[in-house]
Amino acid sequence: MAGIKIAGVSKIYAGGVKAVNSVSIDIADGEFIVLVGPSGCGKSTLLRMIAGLEGISDGEVSIGGRVVNRMEPAERDIAMVFQNYALYPHMTVYQNLAYGLRNRGTPKAEIDARVAEAARMLEITQYLERKPRALSGGQRQRVAMGRAIVRKPAAFLFDEPLSNLDAKLRVSMRGEIKRLQRRLGTTSIYVTHDQLEAMTLADRLVVLNGGRIEQIGSPLEVYHAPASTFVASFIGSPAMNLVSGELHGNRLAIGPAVIELGAQAPASGPVTVGIRAEDLRLARDGEAALPLNVDYVEELGAQRLVHGQVGDQMLTVALSPAIAIGEQLSLAIDPARLHFFAVDGGRRIGEGSVPAHASAPVAQPV
Amino acid sequence: MPVLLSFVRQTPGRLMETKKTTFDSRLLPYLLLAPQLFITLVFFIWPAAQAVKSSFEREDPFGLSTAFVGLLHYQRLFEDPNYIDALLRTAVFAVSVTALSMVLGLAFAAAVDRLVRTGRVYTTLLVWPYAVAPVVAGVLWWFLFNSTTGLMPFFLEKVGIHWDHDLNGTQAMILIIIAAAWKQVSYNFLFFLAGLQSVPQSLMEAAAIDGSGPVKRFFTISLPLLSPTTFFLFIINVNYTMFDTFPIVDATTVGGPAQATTTLVYKVYQDGYLGLNLGSSSAQSVLLMMIVMVLTFVQFRYVERRVQY
Repeated sequence: MAGIKIAGVSKIYAGGVKAVNSVSIDIADGEFIVLVGPSGCGKSTLLRMIAGLEGISDGEVSIGGRVVNRMEPAERDIAMVFQNYALYPHMTVYQNLAYGLRNRGTPKAEIDARVAEAARMLEITQYLERKPRALSGGQRQRVAMGRAIVRKPAAFLFDEPLSNLDAKLRVSMRGEIKRLQRRLGTTSIYVTHDQLEAMTLADRLVVLNGGRIEQIGSPLEVYHAPASTFVASFIGSPAMNLVSGELHGNRLAIGPAVIELGAQAPASGPVTVGIRAEDLRLARDGEAALPLNVDYVEELGAQRLVHGQVGDQMLTVALSPAIAIGEQLSLAIDPARLHFFAVDGGRRIGEGSVPAHASAPVAQPV
Repeated sequence: MPVLLSFVRQTPGRLMETKKTTFDSRLLPYLLLAPQLFITLVFFIWPAAQAVKSSFEREDPFGLSTAFVGLLHYQRLFEDPNYIDALLRTAVFAVSVTALSMVLGLAFAAAVDRLVRTGRVYTTLLVWPYAVAPVVAGVLWWFLFNSTTGLMPFFLEKVGIHWDHDLNGTQAMILIIIAAAWKQVSYNFLFFLAGLQSVPQSLMEAAAIDGSGPVKRFFTISLPLLSPTTFFLFIINVNYTMFDTFPIVDATTVGGPAQATTTLVYKVYQDGYLGLNLGSSSAQSVLLMMIVMVLTFVQFRYVERRVQY
């Protein structure tokens, strides 16, 4: 087991295209890091550079204190779980699990013991003599994970391992991956484009965009204090409302509405205002309010999403189903829950307020 | 060739999920099959039936009188040491050509598969021999190995080997093996290359992470995954050496010296066309057909079981 240090790593393709642009991440021993971002943000390229499947154009990757830039994938002491599982179709499950150990000259008795242990942990013992094609998607996924854990590597690398599974299975496998990682305590890097998967799995999230890191932080830090409009709109569902407003002293003007901030604003002039859908509530009588012209309502059961317009800007509000909805709503918000971003470049202005219980990673007993 | 092509269409069908189509009209499927059936009937079934019929008959060279003789031709063939020799010779020839052309085809495919940019150029160059007519290929190698003017005997002489395939039977056999294999390497190469390129990249990457070097990856991952292709090519190559190598033999050694390169298919031609012994020639071609049928059957029945994954 070991920490991983990524220092100023870049991937530059022929023609000068930077797929990954000087990324630095310090990963502690046993930490579960999720790289998240839209397609083409460089997250898979970064993972493949750590694995040794892609060359590193610039910067340094070290695993457990050893610089691995020039090492073969096999020498880096990592194991990888692929999106399409990449199980060897002509080998049985047992042979799939044993392949890496055999290549390393592990004694037969130890291979047997380790395969048996991994199979028991993943509940695939009864499938050991089957070929991968005789297994379901979820079972194949377990075998792929088994192949990673039998090797007892310094780190697990996951490349969108759940994206080929159906929605229900994805949720249960997500839980299993998390549980397994806790139990083994192996440093893990997990790539996904699914922000929900990222939120639920990560000790720390790394949000990537255009080959650069937008933000690194715990899921709740990233959720409650997004570092940029990109992170704000990418993390969370529904996406954070981003509307343009103007700050004057301790007042915020959004279209026709004016909100009293109760304190000096962190900036003045035009800003992009970020508002989480669930932070908006109905205004009490006499309270300063945002008037919302309702366009349509999405019923989700536990809550309903009301889409409408404030002035000429789109806004989404999450409300309890108990509230009656007319053609117009008056909305209010706690000023502390407002996020401000620079109009130019979209970087965050001012500190975010992360709820007190959110800052420490939630450690659950297995 | 229509016979061989029908194999080509079967194999991909077995690998992919076949979709069942139903026709509205009962006549349409037959109509669509008619051209192929017509060609098969006229150019394959009919001549084959003729061969079976005349293998039981004795006919004078001018076709004026015909007598039914039963299994006489077959009986004589198995008592004829020349025929048994030709049978063994064909076995040597078939095994050598198949092994040589498949190993070389695979080696070239593995080499080209590693290339990124120049792959297409090499592919084109390596496929060229397949476009060369068998007779031309035979003549080409005959020139290269010609004992008085050829390039190869000149070099072989320098390392102490005297080459003269007009006198040395073993050397004549080596010559036709090289010529026949050379033509077939292209075909094997193409299929092996397509097979190698369809092995998912992520499998290779997973194996690399699992501590398997390039050579080991080739033998433990690529080669087993190629087994359906290998099996298919094996059958095609055996068929090729049994039937389609006549022009090569005819253009290089003419079956000689002293029958040293007279394979079964060449003996059919010699006895039938040159010797005008039509009955015996027919019996030989029927036997040749049966040998290929039995081999193909055995291959499908026993070898194919082990290529499934």
